[in-house]
Amino acid sequence: MKLDFTNKVVLVTGASRGIGKAIALAFKDLGAKVYGTATSQSGADGITEYLQGQGKGFVMNSLDSKTVEECYNAVVADAGTCPDVLVNNAGITRDTLFMRMKDEDFMAVMQCNLLACVQLCKLCVSPMMKKRAGRIINISSIVGQDGNAGQTNYAAAKAGLIGFSKSLAKEVGSRGITVNCVAPGFVATDMTAALNEEQLKAWTNTIPLKRAATPEDIANSVVFLASDMASYITGSTIDVNGGLHCN
Amino acid sequence: MSNDIKDIEERVKKIIVDMLGVQPEDVVPEASFVDDLGADSLDTVELVMALEEEFETDIPDEEAEKINTVKAAIDYITEHQN
Repeated sequence: MKLDFTNKVVLVTGASRGIGKAIALAFKDLGAKVYGTATSQSGADGITEYLQGQGKGFVMNSLDSKTVEECYNAVVADAGTCPDVLVNNAGITRDTLFMRMKDEDFMAVMQCNLLACVQLCKLCVSPMMKKRAGRIINISSIVGQDGNAGQTNYAAAKAGLIGFSKSLAKEVGSRGITVNCVAPGFVATDMTAALNEEQLKAWTNTIPLKRAATPEDIANSVVFLASDMASYITGSTIDVNGGLHCN
Repeated sequence: MSNDIKDIEERVKKIIVDMLGVQPEDVVPEASFVDDLGADSLDTVELVMALEEEFETDIPDEEAEKINTVKAAIDYITEHQN
């Protein structure tokens, strides 16, 4: 069995950098037509550029549900079909101790990291049901499984994604649609670049594989879940965390 | 019965036969999708989606929930055409 996504349409949210960019590039290299989203026009242009004609970048702000639907419609119009593979990757953090966390910081993270994903799933599920095929991969996090001080909002949203995915998997399995999560551990991206070297060292020392994940490490598991090789996997979460958390 | 209604009936019945894989003679007006025609809840959602597509209409969720029988489907479409 080969990894081949020729003639497949893949939608990856949050694809201008980090994990999402690695995912989009991995699918591109395997022949897919890839659509990536970014919050800004320059981000979307960057996506169009690195996809080199094999797809396009679109603007979508997960904090604004109207732009989520507009973006989805634009992708469908351009592709001429609904995505075969949906990867909900876009995410934000608004970290602070729970006692100090403002309601709007909690809700912004829930909106972007959970509700926007739910909305895109809803938009994709009916056409996928009609096609009797579809792959949905939601990017969760080790924080949703293990918790992390300062990230009650992020943990709630990412744990929510796992429960949501399991339930949706059970609903639509009979229609040939699989729904899975990937739960990255510590990944070297802009989101984690905020840490200083000392913090970084302390972190990597606690990881059994003694290094942070690269965005490509995460992309590999996403591509696998979207492939024919994973056709019997649904409702599951693949941990890609170097052994930091074992289920 | 006008030709229009006859036509709607035929199209609705065809969708039900195709979607649920049942025999045309079982698709009688009083037949319930779930109790008589073996549909599960997801089948009924798909059935409504297929009706929406066939008749180029949007069926609101609260209306869709009431479409549980062959007659309910035919009646809904008949009332909402044009």
